[in-house]
Amino acid sequence: MTATMSGIREATDPSCTPTVTATATAAIAHDSAIDWRAVKADFPIFDHEVGGKPLTYLDSTATSQKPRVVIDTLHEFYSHHNANIHRGLYALSEAATAMYEQARAKVARFIHARSSREVIFTRNATEAINLVAYSWGRANIGPGDTILITEMEHHADIVPWQILAQEKGATLAYIPLDPATGTLQMDKLDDLLTDKVKLVGVVHVSNALGTINPVEEIIRRAHEVGAVVLLDGAQSVPHMPVDVQALGCDFLVFSGHKMCAPTGSGVLWGRRELLNAMPPFLGGGDMIRRVTMQSSTYAEPPARFEAGTPAIAEAIGLGAACDYLSAIGMANVRAHEVAISQYALERFAEVPGLHIFGPLDVRQRGATFSFALADVPPHDMASILDSEGIAIRAGHHCCHPTMFALDVAGTSRASFYIYNLNEDVDRLVAGLHKAAQIFGV
Amino acid sequence: MDDLYRANILEHFRDPHHKGVLEHPDASYEDISTSCGDRIRIDFAISNAHIADVRFDGQGCAISQAAASMLTDMLPGLSLDQALALDKQAILDELGISVGPSRQKCATLGLNAMKRALAGDHWVDEDEEDF
Repeated sequence: MTATMSGIREATDPSCTPTVTATATAAIAHDSAIDWRAVKADFPIFDHEVGGKPLTYLDSTATSQKPRVVIDTLHEFYSHHNANIHRGLYALSEAATAMYEQARAKVARFIHARSSREVIFTRNATEAINLVAYSWGRANIGPGDTILITEMEHHADIVPWQILAQEKGATLAYIPLDPATGTLQMDKLDDLLTDKVKLVGVVHVSNALGTINPVEEIIRRAHEVGAVVLLDGAQSVPHMPVDVQALGCDFLVFSGHKMCAPTGSGVLWGRRELLNAMPPFLGGGDMIRRVTMQSSTYAEPPARFEAGTPAIAEAIGLGAACDYLSAIGMANVRAHEVAISQYALERFAEVPGLHIFGPLDVRQRGATFSFALADVPPHDMASILDSEGIAIRAGHHCCHPTMFALDVAGTSRASFYIYNLNEDVDRLVAGLHKAAQIFGV
Repeated sequence: MDDLYRANILEHFRDPHHKGVLEHPDASYEDISTSCGDRIRIDFAISNAHIADVRFDGQGCAISQAAASMLTDMLPGLSLDQALALDKQAILDELGISVGPSRQKCATLGLNAMKRALAGDHWVDEDEEDF
């Protein structure tokens, strides 16, 4: 279960990097320490061709590929350590419990939490938001209150709040998106952040546009009116150093499967004071202290929010993924994505009729690019690129309000991660030229 | 792949037949693909249980829009029963290409809208299977 990482010549400790967004120049200096081709070799999916062509995987925003060390962790757990956790009075269960709790500690260190007791394992970021909406939301949102989110949110950070607002007679308000720049209209914040606002939900990095939002400012100003802030880190935690204490947010949610871990692993991090005061989400085993015929008392967090047998192997796999990414160094991950984004933007400029949504300054964006090539429909673009072995995503990206704001039905989206190299950008650009030729644009 | 975008498909996409809406349709339905957001509205003028006229309007990928355009070429003059008997294969034959599973819903979006318009509640989804 050791995190072997062939891609590293000189690893830097990510915990030394308190900044949330590394600047381009500082980051590129770090970048040289890593052999990214060796990193790619850590991912067995690239050992095989797809339809006779090498796989050019540009859909990590949807889910990432898995390094061998994570796959091996699952295999080893089921081969040598499998047992249900907690209350098992035999060695195997005690060992499995220890591994599960070690994984929690690894996650806590990865996001710089004060304590692993602030880390709750969920299935994914969606479940984590639903947990907060159901538990914290039902206890703290009332008639006339406002929940403030943004037009850039994923449906996972919209629908749970709609359900809560409808149930409680609360108002759901939006920080608008400026379609020209793909950024939030921060000048509207003064009017929107009234003392009625009890919760602000904001996506750290947009899965549809790649925009990195000014979350430090939003958190600071939300706290000035006494609101609690939930940060959707699904597209930031896998891609850049994230420090919950430096950010000052109240909740952070993210999905393990977007950061090299198995599907079924996700995280809710919450400030201890908030978690301690929250009622349970799901009822069942493991989340109780004592159950009588008519009522129960509940366990302390995190157990209070982890009813039933959790995804044990997947959580341990997430711990292995944290080890893997930490060995590379999250500042280096960010630096690599800045560098590949810079190269991609240069190559995109050569393609006539190509429009990139979102910021064009790599310091303001992640390596997720939504684009439109003349009038080529996104689904046709995806099919044409698929014929070249290039996997992208097309459509609304679970962000209908973002698409409304941009006045498009959908976009094509290519996203880059640690196993992508400049040659993947080159293949994408060649595919764009092919699509242009087929559609005569 | 280049086969997926044969000239006839791109011609229908660029210059669709029967594009538009009918002012007072006898039957109409708009179908939206939940997976990709493609949209097809299809309007019918019906006379003596036969299709007298048809229009479609919509937005989406070349496959969905070209397939709908080709479908409208097949419909005028057909009885409602004949139109309802058209199946997925009829559309795929008309497209003349092999369509992978992820794009079949595109190819049949117009067909499904037609069946909803003409058969109402009795319609069964082309992609639904009985188990």
